[in-house]
Amino acid sequence: MSKLSAEMAGGTPETGSDSPALVVSHMDVTYKVRDQDRLALRDVSFSIARGESYGLVGESGSGKSTAALALVRYLPRNGRVSGGTILINGQDPLAMGNAELRQLRARTVSMVYQEPGRALNPSIRVGRQIAEVFELAGQSSREATQSAQDMLGRVQISDPARVMRRYPFELSGGMAQRVVIAMALAVSPSLLILDEPTTALDATVEAEVLDLVAALRQEFDTSVLFISHNLAVIAKMCDRVGVLYAGELLEQGPARQVFDDPRHPYTVGLLRCIPRRGQRKDRDRLDTIPGFLPSPGHTLTGCVFAPRCALAQDRCRSESPPFFDVGDLRTARCFYSDQAPELPRATPSSAPALATDGPGAPIVSVEKLSKTFPGGVQALAGVDLTVLRGETLGLVGESGSGKTTLARVLLGLTAPDPGSVVTLEDKPLNPQARHRPREILRALQIVFQNPDSALNRRHSVRSLISRPLTRLAGLSGAALRDRLAELIASVRLEDRHLALRPGQLSGGLKQRVAIARAFGARPDVVVCDEPTSALDVSVQAAILNLLADLQQQEHATYLFISHDLGLVRYLSDRIVVLYLGRVMEVGPAETVFTGPHHPYTEALFSAVPSLDGQRPDRIRLHGDIPSAADPPGGCVFHTRCPRRLSTGVCESTEPPLLEEEPGHLIRCHIPITELRQLQLNEPAPSQGGSA
Amino acid sequence: MTDTSADAGGAAPLEPGEPFSSLPGAGGPVLIVATPQLVDRARWRLLLSRPTFLVGAAIILFWVVCAIFGKSFAPYNPLAQNLLANNAGPSGAHWFGTDQLGRDVLSRVIVGARVILIVTPLATILGTVLGTALGLVMGYFGGATDLIVGRLIEAVLALPFVIIAFLFVVAVGSSTGALIVIIGFVFTPLIARTVRAAVLSERHLDYLSSARLLGESSARIMFGEILPNIMPTILVEFTVRLGYAVFAVATLSFLGFGVQPPTPDWGSDIAANYSGLLAGYWWQVLFPALAIASLVTAVNLITDSIEQVLNA
Repeated sequence: MSKLSAEMAGGTPETGSDSPALVVSHMDVTYKVRDQDRLALRDVSFSIARGESYGLVGESGSGKSTAALALVRYLPRNGRVSGGTILINGQDPLAMGNAELRQLRARTVSMVYQEPGRALNPSIRVGRQIAEVFELAGQSSREATQSAQDMLGRVQISDPARVMRRYPFELSGGMAQRVVIAMALAVSPSLLILDEPTTALDATVEAEVLDLVAALRQEFDTSVLFISHNLAVIAKMCDRVGVLYAGELLEQGPARQVFDDPRHPYTVGLLRCIPRRGQRKDRDRLDTIPGFLPSPGHTLTGCVFAPRCALAQDRCRSESPPFFDVGDLRTARCFYSDQAPELPRATPSSAPALATDGPGAPIVSVEKLSKTFPGGVQALAGVDLTVLRGETLGLVGESGSGKTTLARVLLGLTAPDPGSVVTLEDKPLNPQARHRPREILRALQIVFQNPDSALNRRHSVRSLISRPLTRLAGLSGAALRDRLAELIASVRLEDRHLALRPGQLSGGLKQRVAIARAFGARPDVVVCDEPTSALDVSVQAAILNLLADLQQQEHATYLFISHDLGLVRYLSDRIVVLYLGRVMEVGPAETVFTGPHHPYTEALFSAVPSLDGQRPDRIRLHGDIPSAADPPGGCVFHTRCPRRLSTGVCESTEPPLLEEEPGHLIRCHIPITELRQLQLNEPAPSQGGSA
Repeated sequence: MTDTSADAGGAAPLEPGEPFSSLPGAGGPVLIVATPQLVDRARWRLLLSRPTFLVGAAIILFWVVCAIFGKSFAPYNPLAQNLLANNAGPSGAHWFGTDQLGRDVLSRVIVGARVILIVTPLATILGTVLGTALGLVMGYFGGATDLIVGRLIEAVLALPFVIIAFLFVVAVGSSTGALIVIIGFVFTPLIARTVRAAVLSERHLDYLSSARLLGESSARIMFGEILPNIMPTILVEFTVRLGYAVFAVATLSFLGFGVQPPTPDWGSDIAANYSGLLAGYWWQVLFPALAIASLVTAVNLITDSIEQVLNA
């Protein structure tokens, strides 16, 4: 593998004399399932130079977590490395005895996983848990406690002494992940493995944790293996990247180049699935990747991606392609990598002709909508909002901002506080769904986030989709059969799916069933509550296209809730930004995105890593969302606002939601002209410390 | 339209970045869990491949045959007295010996299976049906309903089983029907509590919200939506209770609350003959007791197997 050694040399070794932090060559990983060997990773080779950050990116089932576990021999009992070699700092973990392996895990390699809550012992104080790591490294109890406190300071926890005494469940997700990172770095490992470390966190917290990891990497001179399904996060964090698909590494190279100019058809397809800046549902349809991931343990001859590849020739199906050098220290496992950029689209790019009527009169409106849960948690505080017929209203905000509560109140699943008014076409709605007439139930429907939870797993697809038709549309007999056929065709399911139960379908198909259920009775307004957040990128694109098509066909109004601003921008006509149950900004999507915008909106936008890499990081929020049971006085955002005024007005007075431009409302003491100046010119001062 | 099949595979139905459960290696077993059909073919095969299940089923089948056809192949008439040959130990003529009245113990054990095999399943079914309904109501409505019914259940559970049975027999007299009702009634609150807990773990799932948005009635949501999902729990609870019911029937018969002599019955036969133990007539008690033990063991073997297969 001369190419491989060329890559190693091409990294950025800071201690040239030493061996690389990690060398994996021709690694196979096998799981034994029901006495059959299934290859989960095959012929995976990559290396990480000292101080380098390497990203492994892939969809679910690609084997990226398996790779991480295999490196430190954490595979479950039925898994083993069945071929190839691993060298960590020149040592071979596969040849180690138990004692050596423990030493390796204790001193040389550290891992950080997705769920910080599950990595910490809930019944031991945080300080003790970190100190334990130092004690294992040979420090005395007192030294270890001091080291633990210092370490918390280094992961930018502002009051380490206080956090030391906390139990893990008393910490927010972002704080807990910092503690885990502190533990991981406590022993100054030479290799840090991060497996989806920010996937469970909010965008602003994610940005902060990513910044922290980047800074610590410099400080500790640690090599990093960063695993994620999120291409933008990898693009931001990594020097080099490997694209994993069905257990094989398909493309490798410097991150920037791979994402700007991909050379493998899979990478090309994957990147086209993601809505980019400037793309809109009414102009550009997202491309998709046809077909599906080979089942685990597949025995394909030839290229693993060939069955889904529009460029595949006979040769691809019979002969497994080796890594080809495609320049700039890049390799791609494709015979036709020079043609990859011209991969034919799987979905035509032109959007269906837009209905000309456009957004119409208000269809749903809420006034003075508040919801206080027992315990004084105010999820919504005086929300005024109007949804126009035929539009897509995007609802964005961090977790705890009240997005989902707002949707549930509209649907009648959660009763709002007395005094709140919810109307549909100017008729006030009963707060409880069970008291609403059938016609109202028909008009308002929802696509839930997680189809596993939203579909009754004991019902067949046929009964799941038929039920709304009989209940709400009052169909039976031939009319029911016709509408059912029409419906499954429009969500692109097939007849053979009707007899199956949800558990027998993939995530994307399940979500199609959920969408068919929501659209069955031809609703006027459909709430989409994070409808693609449980899905893979390539599946997400198909679902987004479907939602856009259905809106066209059915003239439906969408209330689209998402934490993914890229999606919101792609789909929405107008956007509402919520923070602590209050509307901070409302306006047409492009206006809100391009600004001037509310400082919170600005922070949300700059927190999201972008594949395009054009947007400079401008402002950062620190700390966590304050408790909704005890919101800050004055402007609720003042505790985290990087543009807080020095006059003290932000702390004392809640600003009104003012219409600064036609249709564009902002809740901020800073006038829009001034916001425009601020946001054009200078990045906001970083607010020191954290919660 | 080419995007139709973009996700048509069943290959990776899990979210990215999930730990162990989403590993390809775990893909097989995960898929089985993901198809929660109570009696699918794979589960049957798994059940039938378990030796513990087969042994349990064989023992129960044996007693069922005894209960139905026992009279025709029992060596003697179980009611025929022979005072000349009473209290005889096991021998070639009487394998299990004879009792105080000279009746053949083996024949009485064989024919005596009938009462217990009728009462046990019927009582358990009664308790399971009532308990499931009550548990669904408590779990689904929650709040005041749950509180009031919950306290009532605790009050009933606080009374000793035998006291309840005694009060009932005093009121309606002793009969096979009374046994069924007593045991069913006593099991109801126990099963209700298990079902309630199972309902609570379903209650936060969105399919219930989805059903409410279709304007479904509470009864339909409880019995059409929730019930199918908690059937595995109910099935396991049923088999566990079945084991207890064998004991309960035997206990009540022993205390004289069940069928009356001279009808052969394991519990009442032990009661009728246990004074003979002091005189060394151990066979009169041991063999009916072994019969009870074998039935309880068999039911528990089956319970374990079902539980393990459902959780596999």
